[in-house]
Amino acid sequence: MAKREYSYYPGCSSQKGASSSNLMKSVDTMCEELDIQLNEIPDWNCCSASIGYASGSELPRLTLSARNIALSEEHNKNQEIVATCAACWLATKEAAERLKEDESMFAEANQALAEAGLKLQNNTPIKHMAEVIIEDIGLEQIRAGVKKPLEGIKIAGYVGCQTNRPFGIAGESFENPMYLDNLVGSLGADACTTYEKKVQCCGGALAFSEPEKSQEMIKGIIEAAYDNEADMIATPCPLCQANVEIYQDQINERFGTKFNIPVVYYSQLISVAYGRSASDAALDGQLIAAKKLEDIASK
Amino acid sequence: MSETNKAMIEQYRNSFLSEVEANVEEGEWVKMCMQCGVCSGSCPLGKHWAHPPQEIFMMIRAGKRDEVLTSDSMWMCTSCYNCVVRCPRQLPITHIMHGLATYAKKLGLAPKNQPTARFAEIFWNNMMKKGRVNELKLGLSLYFKDGFGAGIKESLRNKDLGMKMMKAKRMAASEFFGGHGVKDIGGVQKMIQKAQEIEDARMKKFD
Repeated sequence: MAKREYSYYPGCSSQKGASSSNLMKSVDTMCEELDIQLNEIPDWNCCSASIGYASGSELPRLTLSARNIALSEEHNKNQEIVATCAACWLATKEAAERLKEDESMFAEANQALAEAGLKLQNNTPIKHMAEVIIEDIGLEQIRAGVKKPLEGIKIAGYVGCQTNRPFGIAGESFENPMYLDNLVGSLGADACTTYEKKVQCCGGALAFSEPEKSQEMIKGIIEAAYDNEADMIATPCPLCQANVEIYQDQINERFGTKFNIPVVYYSQLISVAYGRSASDAALDGQLIAAKKLEDIASK
Repeated sequence: MSETNKAMIEQYRNSFLSEVEANVEEGEWVKMCMQCGVCSGSCPLGKHWAHPPQEIFMMIRAGKRDEVLTSDSMWMCTSCYNCVVRCPRQLPITHIMHGLATYAKKLGLAPKNQPTARFAEIFWNNMMKKGRVNELKLGLSLYFKDGFGAGIKESLRNKDLGMKMMKAKRMAASEFFGGHGVKDIGGVQKMIQKAQEIEDARMKKFD
């Protein structure tokens, strides 16, 4: 039996053929190594992220997340919910808290859930996978399992917005969270501790609707990584990863820059450091190859 | 002018603040704003807001209904929560901005062709079809939002990116035909319809 077991909410982008399928795959690999069993919430739905609000108002949005929690409580009894996507985690945790604070809203959500034959108890903790790594397992134990230290790689830890605010990791500051740098260090890589854009917004969903405004911010995020002499950027957030990696060509065209810096997930770093192959770490999912990680993986 | 908007003007003729408190998500927090301006200074897209959050709060209190609800300011919110964690009085500013945007759209007052309002609607409709977002169709709907010609042009402009995403297995052509979805989509749709009915009824309670 696995040492730890959680109810897993992967989210829309972490599905086969979706934009963070590389996060999904590397999380699977990482969890094998860390002896974590993830039990997917059966028939989970989209949380509507932070952009559904224009058409989906408060109660419909809270109800979407309530359905996922109710399904988890019914099928994955007594298991904490773990999300790997920042927006999924935020929406789910926010819904759980709002429905705890507001009894009448809780009753209303349950009235709507009854239409789908479900009932929400709302006593399940909602965690981000980063909390599992940092709090449940702890960096000492992570360090102890490293087989191939990521020596010689300088990494800018880009925490982003929603993994960090408004909830974040207990004991960390919103302005300068250190856990990603500490994780990078415990894997044997070199963390850029003065990476000043670590919690800068990438535009989120506005990268689609307001590309000019968002790409100006992404440019700053990448520029600061170069200024800190980083070989690559690492992040826990699927939207941060996509926004910062895939628009580098467009940014180069727009601003005359020559960016070509890999953007990877913490789960890929752990997978490689634990001795897994480039393919298990989903490094083939990069648009900009993380050459230095590939080299260590193939050693 | 939409009927809902007319009804709301009649009902709250003298107090836009009461209207916001009653009908906007987390609107009861608006009066707690102490006008320090930390939110406005913390917003990553701050320079693009015609009226930054602090100003929006004061405008609500000053009864500037049209100016607030027709503004595209709230649509600049990226949901980064920087303002929320820095606000000395812990106002849920992100939610209030979302709530104002939702309310403005419901009343038919949101600026026409506001790109984020349109994208948000495309996103919601996409998600409600199968209970999960279909990223391929989401991208295509966005490219084709201004018609067929513009859509083809936009698709060609993004062709290389699309090819790279497919090669990395982060986009799948098969998603165009069906794709991922929730099995009990009927249940999800009924549930959301019910939630919407309950919320709409609650809004009318203030009649």
